[in-house]
Order: sequence, then structure tokens, then C-alpha cells
Amino acid sequence: MNDRILITVTVNGAPHEREVEPRLLLVQFIREELGLTGTHIGCDTSYCGACTVLLNDLPIKSCTMLAVQADGYEVRTVEGLEKDGKLHAVQDAFSEHHALQCGYCTPGMLMSACHLLETNARPTDLEIRKSIQGNLCRCTGYSNIIKAIASAADKIQEVSGQEVAGGNPV
Amino acid sequence: MTWVGKSLQRKEDGRLIRGQGLFADDEHSDSMLHLYILRSPYAHARIASIDVSAAQALPGVACVLTGSDIKEQCVPYMQLGPAPCDKIVDLPLATDKVIFQGEPVAAVAADSAAIAMDAGLLIEVEYEMLDAVVDPEEALEDKILLHEAAATNRTYHDVFEYGEVDKAFSDAAHVVKINRLHFHRFASTPVENNACTAEWNQRGDLDFLCNNSFAGFSMQLLAPSLRLPVEKLRIRSYDIGGSFGVKIWNYVYMALAALASRKCGGRKVKWSETRTEHLQGSGHGNERTFLDTEVALDKDGVITAIKSRHIDDCGAYPRYEPLGCIIWAQVLPATYGVRNFRIDFTQTVTNKCPVVPNRGYSRMQHLWFMERIVDICAHELAIPADEMRLKNYIREFPYETPNGCIYDSGNYPAMLEKAKQMIDWDGWKQKQIEAREQGRLLGIGIGTTLDSGTNNFGQAQIMNPNLPFSGNSEVCIICLDLDGSVVVSLGTGPSGQGHETTTSQVVADELNIDPSMITVRTGFDSAWNAFSGHSGTYASQFAVSGLSAVYGACQKLKAQMRQLAGFMLKADAAELEFGVGEEGPQLSVKGTDKSINYWFMSNLVNSNNALLDDSLADVTLNVRHVYRPPFEVPDTEKKFGNLTLTYAAQLHIAVVEIDTDTCRPNILAYAAIDDCGKVINPQIVNGQVAGGTAHGIGAVLMESFDYDEVGNLLTATFSDYCPLTVMNMPDVQYGSIETPSPFSYNGAKGMGEGGGAPLHTLSAAIQDALYAEGIIVTDSHHSAPRVFERLRAPNREATVSVESRRVGAQ
Repeated sequence: MNDRILITVTVNGAPHEREVEPRLLLVQFIREELGLTGTHIGCDTSYCGACTVLLNDLPIKSCTMLAVQADGYEVRTVEGLEKDGKLHAVQDAFSEHHALQCGYCTPGMLMSACHLLETNARPTDLEIRKSIQGNLCRCTGYSNIIKAIASAADKIQEVSGQEVAGGNPV
Repeated sequence: MTWVGKSLQRKEDGRLIRGQGLFADDEHSDSMLHLYILRSPYAHARIASIDVSAAQALPGVACVLTGSDIKEQCVPYMQLGPAPCDKIVDLPLATDKVIFQGEPVAAVAADSAAIAMDAGLLIEVEYEMLDAVVDPEEALEDKILLHEAAATNRTYHDVFEYGEVDKAFSDAAHVVKINRLHFHRFASTPVENNACTAEWNQRGDLDFLCNNSFAGFSMQLLAPSLRLPVEKLRIRSYDIGGSFGVKIWNYVYMALAALASRKCGGRKVKWSETRTEHLQGSGHGNERTFLDTEVALDKDGVITAIKSRHIDDCGAYPRYEPLGCIIWAQVLPATYGVRNFRIDFTQTVTNKCPVVPNRGYSRMQHLWFMERIVDICAHELAIPADEMRLKNYIREFPYETPNGCIYDSGNYPAMLEKAKQMIDWDGWKQKQIEAREQGRLLGIGIGTTLDSGTNNFGQAQIMNPNLPFSGNSEVCIICLDLDGSVVVSLGTGPSGQGHETTTSQVVADELNIDPSMITVRTGFDSAWNAFSGHSGTYASQFAVSGLSAVYGACQKLKAQMRQLAGFMLKADAAELEFGVGEEGPQLSVKGTDKSINYWFMSNLVNSNNALLDDSLADVTLNVRHVYRPPFEVPDTEKKFGNLTLTYAAQLHIAVVEIDTDTCRPNILAYAAIDDCGKVINPQIVNGQVAGGTAHGIGAVLMESFDYDEVGNLLTATFSDYCPLTVMNMPDVQYGSIETPSPFSYNGAKGMGEGGGAPLHTLSAAIQDALYAEGIIVTDSHHSAPRVFERLRAPNREATVSVESRRVGAQ
């Protein structure tokens, strides 16, 4: 039980080398070893999605993965969304559309939404719903979250359109 | 610029969308200990022995607690109910027996959560199984006793009688009898579980960072149980990941972290509940059975009297829950003009998880009952659902109910009309005819409900005259800090309701400054922020009690600021105006360039006071205001008095089709109209309405705490309980009307709980779909398996009877 294993996980662009117990969950690694408490724990059966992070760009429930399984992988958490003091479009949209109340599910929601927008530039209402079907929110009744993600998609389109028009393709 | 009434983007969001909230489980240090609670796998069993030696010997274990350890250290928690509740021994750990599955039996503190759990699993508990009782009617037979010292499972009984019930029944044109209705057990299950850290240092000071949502009250019950003066107890919360009332009662378990901390020499101990622990042992919403209901109606279908027997099942320990035996009476007649009532109300314990106040607390159960009555009577007397409501709605306000509650304002017919238009009532009525011709089960249902806000704690004395609670209060402290910044603190400890934002809106309007210039401290802190013994977020009241405290504090601060500015600027108070100048927020003399900014005012009071004279001795620029609603203690004998200050209303209409293959009710259309008087922040209000709607829909379609006959909870993980996901949430059309409350300074009515409108509405829609099949909807839960069972066994003949007679000379 105490035979620790050396792992290296890149989190939000920075590599972290740690010796961990094999039974340590990835979410515990993120929260307790790295102090990134934006990723939350809400259940133990992968139902609620409060612990959703991106692992090599795919959304996973970090309460259902061991830290040692993430050895060599790149993890993105909510703390990595803001770049150079500028919020990600989906973060802005969540606030603008009142897509959060207590904010506990929000980091997981944002990561699932981020993955959707990285893989589907113009998602339909149903595609948005499916992208967060594994993320439970008890406060909002979901409709503002759907609106926020749709609005973020529009915003990203608008910005990338302007950048293309300005001769500066992304 | 006026900020109240605008959808100001929330101040809370900045930290929450960055993952920078501070939730109770976020506090972490390598030196802290972690608590594991070992819980009973049985619903009812005697503890023959507990052997903790192997656990204690495990490296990394700091201490182990059992019931026998803590029996000496704790006074049993206060139960609010009358005798025999005083005989109930409720301690943080079971002592000689366990009475619900999930009851704590032992606790281990260790260097890591994993070691604590390893050690917990090494504890050997020998149980002697006892028969369990999970059915409330069976529990009332007292054949199986939970609390032997109480000698009965019945924790409350009384009769609430108003008007002339017998006369109304003898005069009735129709009497509708419904033998049994049942409101099922569910809870709002916030995504954040209960958690805390506790540090009980060797000087005797106990400090909690927790997510309790009614801390002003909870600390009064927790401190005496730990034999601690309240002054030694510091309770803090920061961000709370949803409560919906459920986190009011988590201090019962917080005590274990404290006791472990003390036993370990004052080391900090963290406790984080798992989801299964939350579902088994945290708190459920209350379950109520309605028996032998009789409804008297006149020839036109106007309800004149109701008599019924209600049984509340409060689970293993009554704790706060006896309040549920009176809180329903805030909405005795619901939205209807019925004047004659006889409600026989009983509460019983059973071998199930204790019940706690859950969104819509106690009123929702009664409002569902009233809506079922109205709906069933309409069907039985062949009166269209909308006409039945219109015949019976209260129309004049303020309206005094038969038990002395004052409904402040409202317009239920206007809400009905608006909802009908929004959903296209006539269109759906036509589609329903066509659907029925095709053999489809399509129904349209109306639910009218109330969200009574700012409760009068005096109602507790109707239930137990010995309780030292009445009225209500909230507190606000507002000050100009040393640098002149405006800082506000409150005791509410919100869990997503945006109090920092709406408070800023009120203060900004009062001081004529921008909301960004105001700091509202996050969370509850008994050592640092304002609070009273009523402080918390509960009972749909912030817009009234919280913001009235803020408004009152602003008036006191402004008076002092005018006095100080008048002195310095040599101007009359009437000449001064609040605003923002080149050097920030200021007071200026109208029509001149003379002004004084907040920094200088604070400087004068705090650091530069030789400039002031004695006339300014009381100017502190740091004021505390307690808002106290105008309540009296009710007449406890007659059970009469005003129990709540404001009555927000909701009216929903749903169209539901039952899938004839799967039996699943599918929502085809849904409209929700809200009236909470003057709205402070429309976006926040809409968020609360939408959230409450989702909870109700989830409870109807998905969520139920199901126990087997020996008291095992069968829905003890999220994968079994299945809280509503985005895939089950229908599109809802929202609308509102605004009837300002005459009883609040701002015309607002407290809101947020929502009154369980979808439970009434979907039950009515399903009733409409199934009535022709010989089915009466008698339960509030309608998952596909339940609908399947109901379709297999039509119940109308066994459930309802109607006696009609010609009365009087018409």
C-alpha cells in the first residue's frame, strides 16, 4: 500500500513529478498534491461530473481514474482556462447568462463545454445537452448553461471570423 | 442610476468561474487529520460490542471515537418537539443501538483519508439485529420502538380546527372522500456534500470552517451539546456548494470532527462526507401520508370544508423536524378560499434517515395535498380544471386565512390566464381530443402554489410552547473601512443565491455609488461578520429580511455621514448629496464644489479625530442594524396568528404524455409564471425559479428515497437515486407578474423555494392523462415503474367516493 510510484503529469502546461500511492485518485492528486481545488468532488460513481478535467484534450471524471494512470498525460483544469489575464469565452458566457449559482458544478461544466467547443464549432442544442449530460447541476435547471455554451460558441466564431478577416488566421 | 431591479452580473461569479471559490472541502494542509465515520449497515440493531484495537494500532491513526467515549463528553442534541421528544437521546455517535442505516457508530482520525478509512474498516462491531419499521402507520402501532425511553414512536399529535367544519359538511352539496394520498421522500442533494474542518485548541476555542447554511441557529444547538459557551465557538463558511435546506442540520456530524480534534490535542481535523453517506445519513425531505380526507363542496364546486388525517414520517430522530408539524399551516388553505378545516396531524419516527428542511419545506407537502384535492374534485364533478381553480381562488388581498396568516398580495387568476396563453391552452385541449382518439394518454395539468417567506419563529410555540423562539431577524453591519471603502457583512451564509450582488445593488442605490465600489463579505463568520440567532439562508426571505437589514444599516450610516460631512463642510444635512466625485465616493454640498470623500471621512473618525468635536462622539461610520419583522407570538391554544410575512406565488401548466410502451411520462410543454412582488435582480430571480422547477421535475420523474422492508436504502448512490440531468430537463417557458408586497420596504417577497409547483402540476397532468383509465393519482412520484404499476391496477373505485345530494331550496 505504501509502495509509492513516481509519476509525471503535466497540468495546465506545467509538468509535476510526484511519488504517489497507487490508490490515489487523479482528483485527489489535483486537489491535494497540486492544491488546484477548482476541481471538485460530488459523488463516487462518476454521475455528477464535478471532477471533470481534460486528459489529453478528452473530458474524464477524475474521481474515477487513478493518478498513476495519468502518468505521462496532459491534464487541463479550470485553473488553466484563463490565459494572460483573459477569461475563456465560456467563462465569460457562464457569468453573463447566469449559468451558475453556487458554482460547485461550474468547473466541471466549463471543462465539458470547453471540450465541446474545441471539437464542434457550431453545436446544436442537443449536442450541447449531450456534452454536459454527465455533469450534474442542482441550482440552475440547466437552461442558462445551455444558453451560455451556445453563446460562447457564437463568440468564438465571431472572434475567429474577425481574425481570419484581418489576415491573422488562428 | 438605479441598480435595484436590474440584472446586474453577479459579483460572486469572478472567483467561481476561475475555480477560486473556497468550499469547505478545499481547506487542506499536510498536517491536518482526516476523519472517517463508520456507519451502521443496519436500520435497527443493538450494538453488542465494538473492538477498535486493530484500528487504533494502524500506523497513521491519531484517535478513534466510539459512542461510549463521547457519551460523557456530549449533552444529547436538543429535539425541538414536545414530550416525549425530551426522552430521546441523540448523540453524534450511536451508543447502545442504531436506528437507521447510515447512523454513525465510530469515527477515526488519521494522517490521510485513506488511512482513516483503512482503520475504520478494521473496527469490529457486533450487531444484534432488531426488527425495523419503515412504514409510518405501522410505526404508530408502537410494536417496534425506536426510542424505548420515549415509550412511543409518536413524536407529535394535535388537531388543527378552524371554522364550522361539521356545519359545512351537513350543508354540502357534494362530499368527495379520498382515502389515501402520499407525498414521497426525496431531497435536493446539493452537488457539494457536507464537509468541515474543526480545530479545538487547548485554550478551549473551537473553530469550524464548514458549509452549514443556518449557522446562527445551529450554533445555539451545537455549542451546548459540546458543553461549550457559544462565545468559544467560531463558525465560518465561505462558498457553499448548494444547500436547499439540507445543510441546516449537518452540525450533528460536525461535532465528530471537533471531538476528534480535541482528543488529538487540538490538531485540525477535516471531515468530508461521501455521496453515499450523504444519501443514507445526511437528511431527507419529509414524507407525508394523508388519510381519510373528506372535502365538502357546494353545488357549484366551491370547496367549503376539508377534514383529513396527516402523518409526517420524520425518520429516526425528530431533531428540527417537529417544526414541520406546524410550518405547513403557513399555507393552510393554499391559494383557495376554504374557511373550514379539521386537520389531525401526527408525526412519527421510523427506522429511516432523519428528515431535514428541504426546499419547499413542509408547505410543499401540504400544497400538493390541497392541489390533489382540488384536482380530484374537479375530475369527479366533471368541472374543467381551470374553472375549478377560478371558482376557488382567493381574490381579495390582504387576505386573512382561517388560522390568522395574512396573505400580503397576489393575483392568481391573472397568473392562470397568463400561463394558459403562454402554453396555448386551447390548442393543447384540441390536440388532447385528437390524441385520445388515437389511444394516446395525454394530459394537461395546472399547479398553483405558494412560497411563503420570512417565517415567524413564534409558530414553533404552537408545536412546543416551551421553545424560546419567536419572530425573525437578520443583521447587517456596514462601515467605511480605514481606507474609506464600503464594507458590508451579513449573517446569511448563502449557497448560490447571489447575496453579495443584490446587497451591493441596494447599497449602491442608497449611497448613489457604483456596486463595484462595495465589498460584501462572503459567507458566515461568527467572529468577524454580523449575525443574529435567526441568521441563515432559509425560508425564502433574503429579499425581505436580509435586504431590509441592509437598507436599515444604510440609513444609519448615511445619517452619520451627513452629520460628519455637515460639520466639516459647514453645511446643513439637507444640503448634502451622496455621489461619486473625482476622488471617489463622496458627499458634496449641492450647487457648490465643496465635498468630502469617504477616505477623509474614515480618516477623521479612525485616525485623525482631534479635528472633531464632542457633537460627533457617536459618529463611528460603523453601524449595525437588526431588521425585525412585525410579528407577534401566535395564540398557541387556538393555533392562530400570522406565521409568515410574504407570500410569493407560482402557477405552472404542463402537458404530459405517458408513453404507452415504457410508461414514462414525457413533458411536451411547460409554462411557469412567477410572482414574487418587486424583483431586485430579474436574472437571479429567474435562476431561482428555474432551479426550483428542476427540483420539482426531478422529484416527480426520477428521484425517490426507496427503502426495503428492513430499512435498507435502495437508492444510496447517485447512479440509483438519479438526480435530474440536462437530458431530463424539458424546455420551460417562463413568465411573471408583479404584485408588490405591502409588508416589505421594497415591495419584494421572499422567494427561491418555489413551493414545489412541478409536483402539483405534473401530478395534475398525469391525472388528466389517466383519469379515463380509472386511475386516481395518489402519489407525488411518477417514475416509469410507478406509472406501470398504477396502469396495471386502476384504483379509482378503491380510492375515491362522491356523495351528492340536493341541498336547501334552490
